[in-house]
Amino acid sequence: MNDATMNNALMSNVKTTTKADVMTESKISAKNVQVFYGEKHAIKDVNIEIRPRSVTAFIGPSGCGKSTFLRCINRMNDTIDICRVEGDIAIDGENVYDPKVDPVQLRAKVGMVFQKPNPFPKTIYENVAYGPRIHGLARKKSEMDEIVATSLQKAGLWNEVKDRLDAPGTGLSGGQQQRLCIARAVAVSPEVILMDEPCSALDPIATAKVEELIHELRENYTIVIVTHSMQQAARVSQRTAMFHLGELVEEDDTDKMFTNPNDQRTQDYIMGRFG
Amino acid sequence: MSAGILIVVILGIAVLGFILGRQRALSLAARDNVKLHSLPGYYGHSVALFAAVPAFLLMIAWLFIQPILIETGVSRMIPDSVIPDGGARSLVMADVHRIADGLDVLAEKGGLSEEELSRMRADFTNVRSRLAEVGVAVGSDIPVPVLDAAREYRDAKHLGSSLMVFAVLVVSIVFAAIAYSRVRPEMRARNVSESFIKALLMGSSLVAILTTFGIVASLLFESIHFFQMYPAKDFFFSLTWNPQFRGGSDLGIIPLLWGTIYVSFVALLFAVPVGLMIAIYLAEYAGKTVRSLAKPAIEILAGIPTIVYGLFALITVGPFLRDWLAQPLGLGNSSSSVLTAGLVMGIMLIPFVSSLSDDIINAVPQSLRDGSYGLGATQSETIKQVIMPAALPGVVGAILLAASRAIGETMIVVMGAGAAARMDLNPLEAMTTVTVKIVSQLTGDTEFASPETLVAFALGLTLFVFTLCLNVLALVIVRKYREQYD
Ligand SMILES: Nc1ncnc2c1ncn2[C@@H]1O[C@H](COP(=O)(O)OP(=O)(O)O)[C@@H](O)[C@H]1O
Ligand SMILES: [Mg+2]
Repeated sequence: MNDATMNNALMSNVKTTTKADVMTESKISAKNVQVFYGEKHAIKDVNIEIRPRSVTAFIGPSGCGKSTFLRCINRMNDTIDICRVEGDIAIDGENVYDPKVDPVQLRAKVGMVFQKPNPFPKTIYENVAYGPRIHGLARKKSEMDEIVATSLQKAGLWNEVKDRLDAPGTGLSGGQQQRLCIARAVAVSPEVILMDEPCSALDPIATAKVEELIHELRENYTIVIVTHSMQQAARVSQRTAMFHLGELVEEDDTDKMFTNPNDQRTQDYIMGRFG
Repeated sequence: MSAGILIVVILGIAVLGFILGRQRALSLAARDNVKLHSLPGYYGHSVALFAAVPAFLLMIAWLFIQPILIETGVSRMIPDSVIPDGGARSLVMADVHRIADGLDVLAEKGGLSEEELSRMRADFTNVRSRLAEVGVAVGSDIPVPVLDAAREYRDAKHLGSSLMVFAVLVVSIVFAAIAYSRVRPEMRARNVSESFIKALLMGSSLVAILTTFGIVASLLFESIHFFQMYPAKDFFFSLTWNPQFRGGSDLGIIPLLWGTIYVSFVALLFAVPVGLMIAIYLAEYAGKTVRSLAKPAIEILAGIPTIVYGLFALITVGPFLRDWLAQPLGLGNSSSSVLTAGLVMGIMLIPFVSSLSDDIINAVPQSLRDGSYGLGATQSETIKQVIMPAALPGVVGAILLAASRAIGETMIVVMGAGAAARMDLNPLEAMTTVTVKIVSQLTGDTEFASPETLVAFALGLTLFVFTLCLNVLALVIVRKYREQYD
């Protein structure tokens, strides 16, 4: 871990210990979030608290707005013309939709991993170095080498690629590409990592590797993962949030959600009765 | 029967074959109570294809070969004595063609019977005036052997076309009959018609390839002629271009090649950055409505005839550059200049670069953009570092397409840069290009078999090789890039 994350980690520790109320225990806190795609009301009044250094899974049938809500957190929806977001989303108490907030800076703090592995058509090294370079995180080549190496190590990819950092990233297998994308996100020292169905394009072995990686990353990062696999949610997450038709149905400890959910819709979904 | 009617008849036979073949397949299957191997239509197809394709192939071959045979045969009948001094056999042959056609007209309009035509003797009848009466003008009095040749030519032509009609019809009917008799329910009619169609498609691509070879071969042939009359060393390495009417010309290609490269370079220097910026704006920044208006508006530029660009260069850009740039800077006072032609050509090339590049940039997957934005990159960082590298092979292709357009352009050069072959670094001087000189040498007054005319083919061939190398180079670059990143 480099200094920046260490500092951030310390700071958020300080915060959580000094302020005793429940609100500050959460890393991300969303209040009355509404999202519209043109006329379509895609997210309806969602309130959720997401805890630091834990994995929160979003589940729900296809089209219920999981990706949309996830993309609100790092303001990726800004890139969609017709998309309009209302309400507050605060990270460490700071509203990301405040006009003062620069989405570019925000996205350095909140990394994202996508459904389909999307390495850039560059070398493995350049893929990882891309983020640090645009944010000016390394002054010297040796510093950049260091960042690339630690990021790849954190993503569990180092041993597989350390001899061919100059090979194209697109030449890796699907699972390796997805871990490269995770390394790429980790390289800019984010505090939060958003993952939108990161394993849906991967085979079971590659999926297992990524899940293992999520376990390890949890120690240092707040992770929000969208998944359509109940088993995956159960395996990797501590908290689970269930979405349905743009509404947040309920949110609870994963163990409780899968054994004894409060809402009938959650029960039905988990039992495979719809979606 | 004319070729047009013959085609219709063959198509009729094919349609008939289709209907009959289909019916036969159905009725045989019903009689023997078996299942057809293919859909009934395929049986009809195979009969129709057998009726039409071989007949058409024969017809095409016949139409190619017959004139060659008749021409050589008739040409042999003409003694050297009737060929005027300094003239060519081909000129007399042209007379033969005209007289033969004239005889046809005489038979038709003049009401002469075939017998009267064959009795007509050049030394007694004034054939020339008879022909003139029906509106066919012949340059001079007609010598006996020429009239004989014309008659022979006409007869051979008539015989040939009758034979062709007969042969083509026989082939069509025989093949159709064979195909019809072979229709059986278990016949693999689908495979027959599939392979026929495959052969047809292959044949079409072969036509394109053979045409290219034909073009190269004719260029090569005449170029060899040229190099027999003019030393290749001088052509490729001489620094002067100075054709004369009566021999002793300097025909060095270098000044022309220099002009071509210079003008194209200026054009690309203007068109590539502007075109790329337009493409990036349209693909990444412009809203839907702007894009849907701006793109067609820019593409209109590609539809303007080059002669109109030429006028623009001649009337507007040339004098403007002379008055505001060349004269104040003391760089000459010619209104035709490399810069004029280059700029105007650059405007013409903008849509080639922008439209294609825009499509290519749009084709870069959205997931790459998301990946970059997700890391906190700004829009311009994303474009510079992710989108453009991913789009590069296609963009290089677009630029090279524009480059070949530039190299082949003629009209804008004549009107913008002039027709004076010169080697100069000053872009405000008049210069000219290879294409312009090809036109002026071929349409010049000198005789065809002189080096001054034939040099056009050597110039064309050089240009061809030049653009070919450019394309190969582009392929290599693109492939190398692909290997690296795919
Ligand atoms: N870019 C978009 N434009 C318009 N509608 C969209 C867009 N993205 C998503 N939607 C709509 O918003 C709803 C939620 O989509 P999404 O968040 O992708 O669902 P999920 O990820 O849960 O499958 C869907 O009905 C979808 O059709
Ligand atoms: Mg989704």
